Amino acid sequence: MKERLQQLQQEALEKIEQANDLKALNDVRVAYLGKKGPITEVLRGMGALSPEERPLMGALVNDVREAIQRALEAKQATLEQEEVEKKLASEAIDVTLPGRPIRRGNHHPLTRVIEEIEDLFIGMGYTIAEGPEVEKDYYNFEALNLPKGHPARDMQDSFYITEEILLRTHTSPVQARTMEKHQGRGPVKIICPGKVYRRDNDDATHSHQFTQIEGLVVDENIRMSDLKGTLREFARKMFGEDRDIRFRPSFFPFTEPSVEVDVSCFNCGGHGCNVCKGTGWIEILGAGMVHPNVLEMAGFDSKKYTGFAFGMGPERIAMLKYGIDDIRHFYQNDVRFLQQFHRV
Amino acid sequence: MFVSYKWLQEYVDLTGITAKQLADRITKAGIEVESVEVRNKGIQGVVIGHVIEREQHPNADKLSKCLVDIGEGEPVQIICGAPNVAKGQKVAVAKVGAVLPGNFKIKRAKLRGEESNGMICSLQELGVESKLVPKEYADGIFVFPSDAPVGADALQLLYLDDEVLELSLTPNRADCLSMIGVAYEVAAILGRSVKLPTIELHENNENVHDYISVRVDAQEDNPLYAGRIVKNVKIGPSPLWMQARLMAAGIRPHNNVVDITNYILLEYGQPLHAFDYDRLGSKEIVVRRAKNGETIVTLDDVERTLTENHLVITNGKEPVALAGVMGGANSEVKNDTTTVFIESAYFASSVVRQAVKDHGLRSESSTRFEKGIDPARTKEALDRAAALMAEYAGGEVVGGVVEVNTLQQKDVVVTITLDRINNVLGTAITKEEVAGILTNLQFTFTEHDGTFMITIPSRRADITIEEDIIEEVARLYGYDHLPATLPIGEAKPGKLTPYQAKRRHVRRYLEDAGLFQAITYSLTNEAKAMMFALETATPIRLALPMSEERSVLRQSLVPHLLEAASYNRARQVENVALYEIGSVYLANGEHELPNEKERLAGVLTGVWHAHLWQGEKKAVDFYVVKGILDGLFALLGLENRVEYKQAKREHLHPGRTADMLLDGKTIGFIGQLHPVVQKQFDLKETYVFELDLEALLKAEVDDIRYTAIPRFPSITRDIALVVDEHVVAGDLERAIIEAGGELLKDVSIFDVYKGDRLPEGKKSIAFSLRYYDPERTLTDEEVTNVHEQVIKAVEQQFGATLRG
Repeated sequence: MKERLQQLQQEALEKIEQANDLKALNDVRVAYLGKKGPITEVLRGMGALSPEERPLMGALVNDVREAIQRALEAKQATLEQEEVEKKLASEAIDVTLPGRPIRRGNHHPLTRVIEEIEDLFIGMGYTIAEGPEVEKDYYNFEALNLPKGHPARDMQDSFYITEEILLRTHTSPVQARTMEKHQGRGPVKIICPGKVYRRDNDDATHSHQFTQIEGLVVDENIRMSDLKGTLREFARKMFGEDRDIRFRPSFFPFTEPSVEVDVSCFNCGGHGCNVCKGTGWIEILGAGMVHPNVLEMAGFDSKKYTGFAFGMGPERIAMLKYGIDDIRHFYQNDVRFLQQFHRV
Repeated sequence: MFVSYKWLQEYVDLTGITAKQLADRITKAGIEVESVEVRNKGIQGVVIGHVIEREQHPNADKLSKCLVDIGEGEPVQIICGAPNVAKGQKVAVAKVGAVLPGNFKIKRAKLRGEESNGMICSLQELGVESKLVPKEYADGIFVFPSDAPVGADALQLLYLDDEVLELSLTPNRADCLSMIGVAYEVAAILGRSVKLPTIELHENNENVHDYISVRVDAQEDNPLYAGRIVKNVKIGPSPLWMQARLMAAGIRPHNNVVDITNYILLEYGQPLHAFDYDRLGSKEIVVRRAKNGETIVTLDDVERTLTENHLVITNGKEPVALAGVMGGANSEVKNDTTTVFIESAYFASSVVRQAVKDHGLRSESSTRFEKGIDPARTKEALDRAAALMAEYAGGEVVGGVVEVNTLQQKDVVVTITLDRINNVLGTAITKEEVAGILTNLQFTFTEHDGTFMITIPSRRADITIEEDIIEEVARLYGYDHLPATLPIGEAKPGKLTPYQAKRRHVRRYLEDAGLFQAITYSLTNEAKAMMFALETATPIRLALPMSEERSVLRQSLVPHLLEAASYNRARQVENVALYEIGSVYLANGEHELPNEKERLAGVLTGVWHAHLWQGEKKAVDFYVVKGILDGLFALLGLENRVEYKQAKREHLHPGRTADMLLDGKTIGFIGQLHPVVQKQFDLKETYVFELDLEALLKAEVDDIRYTAIPRFPSITRDIALVVDEHVVAGDLERAIIEAGGELLKDVSIFDVYKGDRLPEGKKSIAFSLRYYDPERTLTDEEVTNVHEQVIKAVEQQFGATLRG
């Protein structure tokens, strides 16, 4: 009987080992451990044993059962694991196929430049002022020290609608309007972005419509050195921390003294290259101290208040920054152009 | 203004400073030097030669065989093709071994069998622009004066070894439209002195008044008129140095009398005019406004019709010059002229500018009058011109000057303190430094306790106020020495206004939803101006447009967005989604500024979404665009306040267009382009929208308030309603929401069906309704009660039946 049990265990373990799926394994279980299985049969034959032999044989039967049970469980775990792996293997995908695209547009490059400049000056305590594009001659010229017949009006050939109304030629009228609103009390600290218009034929470097950003600070004790410091700060944040600026004397009717402002070339760092035409410097801004006539016309006491103003062209900055060669790109809205500005 | 470096040395010592260095210094001090032109374009070995013999080339009709003394050994034989070469001439000879512009090397050669040892040069061959070559030498070689030394460097004599600085002058620096003016500027920069020309004038003992009288009837236009008579002049070429200097400055030499007037114009900045006295037709000069319709033939042989806006010089009867702009052909100095009347006057800039504008005629003279000349030099320039005519045209200066002078010349005195200068600039410049700068500028001043009283010379009419002095000090002190500081004083945080901040959010939303930002032109043509406009007004037209295409201000952004879509389509970019935020302009009466209203518009066409290998492809349709706008309204907290209403609008598909209403007020439209317009713009199925951005961004919305997260389960019931096909989903939905009351939290449409399985003229819309009570779990019975009310409501209002 003992031999029979050992033989059964041997047989069962072999069959378990050979089972290669869960069904086959279950068949083994039923065959050996089931109610009609050979081990149960062995148990039934225990009645013929002596009372001394009976517990010994009972213990042996249990051992055999347990051994088979353990083997079954181990095999089951193995087979289950194999099953899962097979399923996962069959589910494999080609990760190199393209993902479901997310459609995104982006800022126009001019907006990109304008917002960057706005944010930079907001960080320095400026607010954004806006004004009409169709403007009175008074705000566009006269309030800016450009009376009728002034020779400098030649410099800006304008789109007039009537004798007194025109498309603004610069964003400076917003400065005049803002100062007027302050009724002679400072401080004024604004950035004025917007569209402007001039009677130019459209070509690679001219556009009858373009954008400008101007800044204005009026307060007691505003010095020209403050203009230099402010613009140096701007240049460094906009074009890189190691940039420097220089002032070159110039002339604008609404500022005195007036300067043109160069930024050291952000392409070559100042050694000279194509971008800066070998000079190491790039002209970016016009600036100056607000002309006393402009202050007075807007209701400020020019003995008490001083101010500085500056202006620049987002088109020029975008062209330099991104290497754009034709100003007309900004207004043609070719998607192949626009989508190049999708990155942060 | 072109400034010859060589000529400038007549007035200021330039020792130790090259043209290039000078240009940098001038630029740094405020006048931009645009370029420094090296006049020698690579020439070597060109000398003055003397043509000893000239004979016809034996084998060529158009060639001459010349024997030329070039100051080295034996005279050489040179074959010359110029028609004007002649025996006895002094000419420019490129010797064998010489180099001409373009690296053209001169070699010994045989021309049609005759040996040629060099080349006789025209000015063009020496790199002079054709327009500057004196007319008589335009088609041949240049003939030098007979005293030109044989063997001398021809380039030096022609000032072709010179460098020319091109100054780009801002309107305030008209003082530098003269060599003397530039000399003062350079002297101030270098701290050197100015040498003015010495005038040696010998008058005869006749009296100019016996020759001519002057009357000025328009004294405001012409506060100073002076003239002299020079008789017995002999018209001929001016001296070579004068011709060379004129050419360097960009003026073509003519003859001695005309060249002298031009030379003085360049030297003093004082325009002069020389009349042929004998052709004046009278012995008087009357300066007056022209009569309307009066005519004059100017020196360029153009007849010009004048108006009373123009100032003329007359002989008492008819105009002989258009004042300050150009002389008349009737009194032109010609080769037979013997007596010259020289005019030196001060004309007001406004009257000259008017003539320039009306006649499209700008000259070296008019430019100077327009920008303002220094009246203190008017008579000095006249004297200098007369002296030069005596010297170089063999003339005799008649005694005295005819003159009408009503000029009120008052010294400009500016008072400024050292503190003011330093306070405005943010510097610590000393009294001595300021005094040094003023001295270099040759301004006279006194200084007491840091207060400067400065008398401004009349040549610097641009300086009238303290700030002008501050600028002079700053630019000569050097902006590089200006410290960099930041404004002190009250520091307020900067930020965007709520409107500006929301507008930025709108941009970002639309871009993240798939649209690119476009910027189009505000000016359009008459036809497009009012197309698609939400509101219209009389079109605003430019007084002087550049083209019809850009002549009127737009009233909608849509037309130019369509053009952009069309532009892309023409370049094989078929899938376009653009939006623009910009102004439209609505007239407000002729004397008022128009209402500028900010609009948001978009254009979408082509494929909206494609992910082909997974079988996804979606073309842009009405609901793609509507979905984007719904998201926008939700972004702004307006999702429950905007309603879409079927609408008919010009240029849009009559069945696929909706107006959008915010709180019941129309704020925009959305729709498919009408096929006719679609074709006109050469587009495929295209959708557009335009919204009143201001209405959207200025609508008051409540702040965000937290509501509790659902704690109890909700119950969902679906219904499919069969209705007449003209019933719209929005109306059904509104009725359901109303009838569902408090407990109904969500309504969504999940199916729309029209077809065979329904009776003709019917459609079915299936809604999913979600019921929820934040306080407790709803019972089935409660939900059924409400749900039945909902069904009843749609039955009653729309005759809806439940689809079985």
